[in-house]
Amino acid sequence: MTSMIRRLTEKPWIWSYLGMTLVWLATTIYSGGTGSAQVITAALSFATFTVIVGIGQMFVITTGPGNVDLSIPSTISLAGVVAMKVMDGSDTLLAIGLVISLACGLAVGVFNYLLIRILRIPPIIATLSSSFLVLSTAIAYGRGLKIKPPELLAQFTTAQVLGLPILAIVVILFAIAMSILLHRTLYGRSVMAIGQNMRAARLAGIRVERVRFLTYTLSALLAALTGYLLAGFSGGASLNMGQEYLLASIAVVVIGGTSVAGGRANIPGIWGAAMFLFLLVTMLNTFGASAGIRLILTGVIIIAVITTAGGDEPQR
Amino acid sequence: MTMLAVLKSPKFLRAALPGASFAVLLAAIFYVQPRAMSYFGLNLMLQYAVPIALATIAQMFIITVNDLDLSIGAFVGLTATIGATLVQTTPVLGALALLATVAAYGALGALVYWRNLPSIVVTLGMSFVWLGIAVMILPTPGGAAPGWIKAIMGLKTPWVPFPVVAALVIGIAVHVFLMMSSYGAVLRGAGGNPRAVDRAGWSLLKIKVIMYSAAGFFGVLSGLSLIGLTSAADAHIADRYTLYAIAGVILGGGEFVGGRVSPFGAVVGALTLTLTGSFLIFLKISPDWQIGAQGAVLIVVLALRALIKRREA
Repeated sequence: MTSMIRRLTEKPWIWSYLGMTLVWLATTIYSGGTGSAQVITAALSFATFTVIVGIGQMFVITTGPGNVDLSIPSTISLAGVVAMKVMDGSDTLLAIGLVISLACGLAVGVFNYLLIRILRIPPIIATLSSSFLVLSTAIAYGRGLKIKPPELLAQFTTAQVLGLPILAIVVILFAIAMSILLHRTLYGRSVMAIGQNMRAARLAGIRVERVRFLTYTLSALLAALTGYLLAGFSGGASLNMGQEYLLASIAVVVIGGTSVAGGRANIPGIWGAAMFLFLLVTMLNTFGASAGIRLILTGVIIIAVITTAGGDEPQR
Repeated sequence: MTMLAVLKSPKFLRAALPGASFAVLLAAIFYVQPRAMSYFGLNLMLQYAVPIALATIAQMFIITVNDLDLSIGAFVGLTATIGATLVQTTPVLGALALLATVAAYGALGALVYWRNLPSIVVTLGMSFVWLGIAVMILPTPGGAAPGWIKAIMGLKTPWVPFPVVAALVIGIAVHVFLMMSSYGAVLRGAGGNPRAVDRAGWSLLKIKVIMYSAAGFFGVLSGLSLIGLTSAADAHIADRYTLYAIAGVILGGGEFVGGRVSPFGAVVGALTLTLTGSFLIFLKISPDWQIGAQGAVLIVVLALRALIKRREA
């Protein structure tokens, strides 16, 4: 028993699940048990979007210090806005809308990588500058946008089976697939090798530049997918729909037990952390905390987690 | 070396790039709208240059020690709300509150150093804390800027408009401190080679605390100068400043790592960024493209710098 506990506490993802459980219990006890199942359903629904972008961000962060994708929020907005406008509420254009939003993601990812590679700009600045352009495009394109998503998309993103959101089930399967990609494929192993030591990885014959290209493209594609799904889920796209995912995508990676210094990644933790963040806000709402308190506590908890997890290696 | 060789040397080109970008943009504006070429025109176009320049300097202090501050926008928003409420009603309490925020910034530097934390994550978390406090102080836009701040920001300097004079004074003052003093060299050295600075007997902890406190101090100045222009405050008033400040440092010739920064360049970078907005208005381009154009300017300048670097190598 004690050895099992010890083995569990060694898992980097355990803390996010522990936090999630504690927060949920506190909410349940405070509310006397009413609606505690619905809370989990809602958490699963909302967490899916954070999980998808979080996985993309995790691959980027794992490639080493200084790698982070700041263009995720604007890519979400652009993909959502463009998809809604193209589909114009029509179910028959569902697939075309998806393809076009993924194309937006692909374009952003390739552009990000070109900036990093050709202009030799640090990734943070590269993704930051491209996010300016992407957001402007979204603003200019989506002026006065109030288009409802196609009925089928809205149904798919909000449907439930026995209190389990279908989308969440799909994304759990997706996370498992991404776990396999990370741990069992040449690409995933290369990402971690580069994060541990880029020079050594290059000398070992890993095609570093190709892996980085794929990683930034993957992150942008996942952000675009989130934009598409999120627009369906929330009844339309808006220009600031991606805003909250900047902190969220980085926070779930960190809280989930992925090393910010790169080289060590963890997908189960992303689900735990995404649930934790949502349940935390729910708990504070239940307690009747004001918006200000909610913001402060969210920030403090993220800093507390990173401080405990600590940085043992030199970073950035 | 002949004059021409000096002019063509990568080092000179590099140093001249921020000023040249500004000059080209200004010339383009004057060409499109000759009436802007006046005391009044410049004053109007560069009105917000002072708070942006101050926030850029704040960011520069953090970048000097190889960190990045993603919370400076929210922090400027907080200091603006404190300025428009406490500083206005109870000046002593207001001053203490602002002092406490600077101390908090210093403590943040200590935390980042002590636990060797990634500054991006810590400051991203802090941006929520700053915003949360600001929302609690001022839930809806409002408050009133103290008269003396408005008076300072509304100064009419002879010949050259106040924003330009103020930006230059800020740039020169920080330049003297960071680039020309002996301790300034140590501070920059902590970004270039922290281990060497550590071995030479300087306290890296103290350096981080000083640099973060300096960032906090300039963040406070930025918030106060901002309400001097807007008269009222809002928790979200400076959200975009985080991005502006990073862009300003980079436009001004700062490097992301290695302590290679330029305070004077950073101020010029902030001015360039402010001008981009006005330029679009004169070109009658929709304001939708404003941030996009700022991104484009950033990319173009970085592309030019990459070209110069290639010649350096």
